[in-house]
Amino acid sequence: MDRQIISSTPHVRSKDTVQSVMRDVVIALCPAAFMGIYHYGAHALLLMAVSIATAMFSEWAYEKALQKPSTLSDCSAIITGLLLAMNLPPAAPLWMAAVGSVFAIVMVKMLFGGLGQNFMNPALAGRAFLLASYPVEMTSWTSASPFGLDAVSTATPLASLKQGVLPDATMLDLLTGNIGGCLGETCAIALLIGAAYLLYKKVITWRIPAFYIGTVFILTAILGRTGESGTLHVPLYEILSGGLLLGAFFMATDYASSPMTPLGQIIYAIGCGLLTTLIRLYGSYPEGVSYSILIMNLCVPLLDRYTAPRIFGARKKEKGAKA
Amino acid sequence: MLAVTFKRGVHPPDHKEMAADVPIQKLEAKEGMELIFPLSQHIGPPCAPLVNVGDEVVIGQKIADSQARLTSPIFASISGKVTAIGPAAAPNGAQVQAIFITADGKNTTLPFTGLSAQEQASPQKILEAVHQAGIVGMGGAGFPAQVKFSPPPTDTIDTVILNGAECEPYLTCDYRLMLEDPRTIIKGLECMLQLFPAAKGIIGIECNKPKAIESMMKACEGMQRITVQPLQTKYPQGGEKQLIYALTKREVPSGGLPSNVGCIVSNAATARAIGIAVAQGTPLIRRVVTLSGSAMNHCGNYDVPLGMKLSDVVELAGGFSETDPPKKLISGGPMMGNAIFDLSAPVTKACSGLVAFNEADAALPAEQNCIRCGKCIEACPMGLMPTTLSKLARKGDLEGFVANHGLDCIECGCCSFACPAKRYLAQSIRAAKHSPHLKR
Repeated sequence: MDRQIISSTPHVRSKDTVQSVMRDVVIALCPAAFMGIYHYGAHALLLMAVSIATAMFSEWAYEKALQKPSTLSDCSAIITGLLLAMNLPPAAPLWMAAVGSVFAIVMVKMLFGGLGQNFMNPALAGRAFLLASYPVEMTSWTSASPFGLDAVSTATPLASLKQGVLPDATMLDLLTGNIGGCLGETCAIALLIGAAYLLYKKVITWRIPAFYIGTVFILTAILGRTGESGTLHVPLYEILSGGLLLGAFFMATDYASSPMTPLGQIIYAIGCGLLTTLIRLYGSYPEGVSYSILIMNLCVPLLDRYTAPRIFGARKKEKGAKA
Repeated sequence: MLAVTFKRGVHPPDHKEMAADVPIQKLEAKEGMELIFPLSQHIGPPCAPLVNVGDEVVIGQKIADSQARLTSPIFASISGKVTAIGPAAAPNGAQVQAIFITADGKNTTLPFTGLSAQEQASPQKILEAVHQAGIVGMGGAGFPAQVKFSPPPTDTIDTVILNGAECEPYLTCDYRLMLEDPRTIIKGLECMLQLFPAAKGIIGIECNKPKAIESMMKACEGMQRITVQPLQTKYPQGGEKQLIYALTKREVPSGGLPSNVGCIVSNAATARAIGIAVAQGTPLIRRVVTLSGSAMNHCGNYDVPLGMKLSDVVELAGGFSETDPPKKLISGGPMMGNAIFDLSAPVTKACSGLVAFNEADAALPAEQNCIRCGKCIEACPMGLMPTTLSKLARKGDLEGFVANHGLDCIECGCCSFACPAKRYLAQSIRAAKHSPHLKR
């Protein structure tokens, strides 16, 4: 008999791998990415290509320079690149996508130890960096038209809402993405299809998106918007416009920068919803999804620490971990 | 009836189809075959041999015993001659002292007589019979049964649970017993209920064994004190604490025993052994083991005499695959069983099977960065944070490990199973749990 392998239990592992999880996220982003190309044309495709290529190149180059084993095969750089592009205005210059990707990968992800060690969502941090550095380019929106042929400058629905005016865009426009906005965030149907896939594949759980979107829905229903022309209570409109769906399903759920415990995830998601609503309603920006998620990312270590599950059979006096 | 379960857990592919439909086949020791009887087949101090080298022994003869409280005597399962007393490999990978007996092929046996109906009414007699039959927990733990059945007087037992979950992948020996010998299992459960007059008996069986549920229901029809309760198919459904929670919604306190919440748990094979010991007077000298896995020629369930070497069992059962030879041999199931390298280890009381993995199944995955997905936390049936514990364990921070309830880990392996980054979570946690530097 041949030599036998000896190892500690368990001797079987699930089929899930980091690669399969990341691949599922990329697949789930595809419908929305495709709708971005449909609405905003070839430039949108180029933005995504440049962003993904730069993200992968920066990870490879960083590891090469530091003589570390390459982690490109885990596919996480593709997600960061793709998400960053989907968070850019459709007319953003290509170099901007590249700059954002380098920042996201090198500064936010690799310097902190690579996949799983980044304390905030790299794509969102990249977007925040670009928004602070190039505010004009990052807030110039173009209208959607088949393959971007008749694109004109436009305002996003959230910017209209900020004035207290119900935008021209109908609910159907919001669902199909026939509005101005970042190139991956506009088509609600495509995002929901991707989200359904992630839930079905158990890559994400319902907790973060449900509590995040639910919080925004309830708060905007109660608070409403007070603009120049009266008060608007349009919660359904609020959750379908802007980056909320993209943020709630694809970015707030980023493993590395969201809590691991079920209770922590719920508190985190409610926090995201609260901040998003406050920024949207009372802040100077029309949209608050990215900053809300980034701020809540910073609370994650604390949340994980204080929301450990109850130990089975714990005696009443010593509930919870005292780390 | 609605299937009940515990919180969290995982769903490993069970592969039970490989051996589930193969009826139990009896294997006998041939003349000249050497059988090995480890002196420690239970939790507690080892027994001392009662025989000497050169002695002739017969089936059912007590060959080792001890005066300790936590002990269980050992019996010869064949007739033959004691050839040596010395170290041998145990199926859990350890080296133990053992009695070596060479079979004479005559199968001379002691006469066995069960307890009379009058004696069966006496809890004291039943307890004595269980002790004198050398019965231990046959699911893997090997806890002496008579000690388990003597809980501290402060604990009032109101539930006796028969564990028919058999949640380990591949293993089907308990399943076959529930199909082929349900009456003896029920007999054993009745004996246990005799010990605890105030208790009711619950038989918990996972839903993926509908035939076993049917068979056991039929066997206990009309019995007032016994019910069959289907369990959801989930690992570790057969873990003692998880099973008790599923059936009674009671949590065994951290560091406590099932009797603290009024429960006694025995698995199906143990109950059957009790039934045989009480009704027929035969001590624990045989058990059913499952041979399965991708490198096994004939997967199946075999009734073998205790002490038979695993290599002999495998050979009698058809051997390993020539084209797809084994690369990993597991004594027990793949979630909690031990990988072994020495097939000269014998079948012991608590050895439920041998799973042989081919090269593809045995491959060890490479570890990647933790991606903080939290799947281990969603899997841990004890409510622990395996990724945190594993980090503390690897850092050697045993104080932090204990503060984060590392000692509550039941080593079920759910965390490692669920981890997409293939981190060795359960493995590192186990190492810390058993660290000699640990201050309890």
